[in-house]
Amino acid sequence: MNIVVCVKQVPDTTEIKIDPVKNTLIRKGVPSILNPFDKNALEQALKLKDRYGGRVTVISMGPDHAKEVLREALSMGADKAYLVTDRAFGGSDTYATSYILSKVIEKLGSFDFVLVGKQAIDGDTGQTGSSIAEHLGISRLSYVLDIEISESKCIVKRQVEEGIEVVETKLPVLCTLTKESNKPRYATIRGKIDSLKAEIEEIHLTDVPDIDTTKIGLNGSPTRVKATFTPKRQSSGEIMEAVNPEKTAKVLVGKLVESKLL
Amino acid sequence: MSFEEYKDIWVFIECFQGQPKNVGFELLGQGRILADRLKQKLCAVVIESNVDKAIDGAKCYGADKIYVVQGEEYKNYSSDSYGNAFLKLCHKYRPNTILIGATIRGRELGSKIAVSLRTGLTADCTALSVDEDNANVVWERPAFGGNLYAQILCSGTRPQMGTVRPGAFKKPEKEENNISKIITENIRMDKVSALTKVIDFIKSTEDAGVKLEEAEYIVSGGRGMKGPENFAMLKELADLLGGAVGASRAAVDSGWVPQSKQVGQTGKTVSPRVYIACGISGAVQHLAGMSSSDTIIAINKDESAPIFEVADYGVVGDVFEMVPALIKEVRSIKNL
Repeated sequence: MNIVVCVKQVPDTTEIKIDPVKNTLIRKGVPSILNPFDKNALEQALKLKDRYGGRVTVISMGPDHAKEVLREALSMGADKAYLVTDRAFGGSDTYATSYILSKVIEKLGSFDFVLVGKQAIDGDTGQTGSSIAEHLGISRLSYVLDIEISESKCIVKRQVEEGIEVVETKLPVLCTLTKESNKPRYATIRGKIDSLKAEIEEIHLTDVPDIDTTKIGLNGSPTRVKATFTPKRQSSGEIMEAVNPEKTAKVLVGKLVESKLL
Repeated sequence: MSFEEYKDIWVFIECFQGQPKNVGFELLGQGRILADRLKQKLCAVVIESNVDKAIDGAKCYGADKIYVVQGEEYKNYSSDSYGNAFLKLCHKYRPNTILIGATIRGRELGSKIAVSLRTGLTADCTALSVDEDNANVVWERPAFGGNLYAQILCSGTRPQMGTVRPGAFKKPEKEENNISKIITENIRMDKVSALTKVIDFIKSTEDAGVKLEEAEYIVSGGRGMKGPENFAMLKELADLLGGAVGASRAAVDSGWVPQSKQVGQTGKTVSPRVYIACGISGAVQHLAGMSSSDTIIAINKDESAPIFEVADYGVVGDVFEMVPALIKEVRSIKNL
């Protein structure tokens, strides 16, 4: 069984602060991490490998330092890692990114599963996975909780708003994984040591000869960022001290009644 | 690509077992604003086996036209069957703009359609407007955990597409007398060739009670609630108000509350009439999911907590004293 996992290096958005004077993001000093949901995708891949045998290949698109998260994936138990990197890929939106990744996946050979995190915590779009599936011409199931294979049937449990759907799917399929899917394993010491020595192969534009260059990078991206801004929050509310909770509760509920909110 | 050929604002009316979700109607409200600005028609798209309620709703919430694709094969959502039907409609009628709820299925459907049509899709929008200069929709969305907002344009291709977070907008007023033109398309999908097939469904047991996204009153708890047992008082207050209980990521990550109750960038977006934040500090990623609530009440010990920056009424005090006091007061005004 061949499993491809797509991972992304992201800034730890829980550590991001806003410069109170310039009102811009302070990215300096913010640690780069393996996107947490991608760890769940990798764990699912390793579980499939443990249960049914096979090979787990991890790919990431990004600059050279994204190799750090590929090493982390290797230390957890992935067999092989590739960094997809080229200036021509820069500025890609989700359409272009998913197209590039799909061409790389095709180039790597046959596969049964493509597993990705449900979203990356920086862009938060949650659509790269499903878009990769569409470029590959395969089906996709998001928010997957578990994958089982029995008698050549693949049964996937996935979370939807109303409950859990049990879906029978043909292979190959792309699944997106989430926090509830599993608890990612820790890297072993051995794994960590081996991952430092492991060779991470780079894939450049010239390595993917059949790629349509009009579909990549900034020029191949149908969407453009017009502007960015940090949310303005100003306190215009009424702040009260709850010296006497019952009295404060009376005032508060009184205000709601007054505004016809109760 | 000549943009003149692409007309109308389309809204996907997502259903579950024939029951339309609120988000489709919320989007008809936004779609109406875009349609009027762009001088185009507002159209609803219904794909289902049981279409009656969705058609009724789309009519009342202001659709000028309703495209209907009906068949047994659309009983359960699958990206392949729904996507195929939606794409056939797009090829035939060429919409200018497509709005889809950013639900689990909506995000799958949106990216399938956008990739297939080779056009841009902006995910999880929380505000929509029109760029006066060039009649593009301006898609606004939070990123980086709510720390940054971006305005996105899709200026070179049509249709322009976006998914919009459920609860980001309110449903428009109903117009019972609205007349919609119904256009039924016979698009069938071969069952045998389907790549995925839903074989079972396990209904969520947490589903009982008022849904978070649809609640008019939300009482949310964060790390300051100190443990799962203390959410009982929030539930009591929420029940008294006829509302629902929510939580911050801190409370969810601590395992006190299931993820389905999480409000924020990685959880749900809500805009109730009243949002009561109890022991929630107000990290940006939480604010991204609730700051458009009509009235925000924050109760927190720490007077410098950022939640007070968005609060209409802030109480610096102990939640364990304030919440019981509020319960008592609400009981008394409701004569309970």
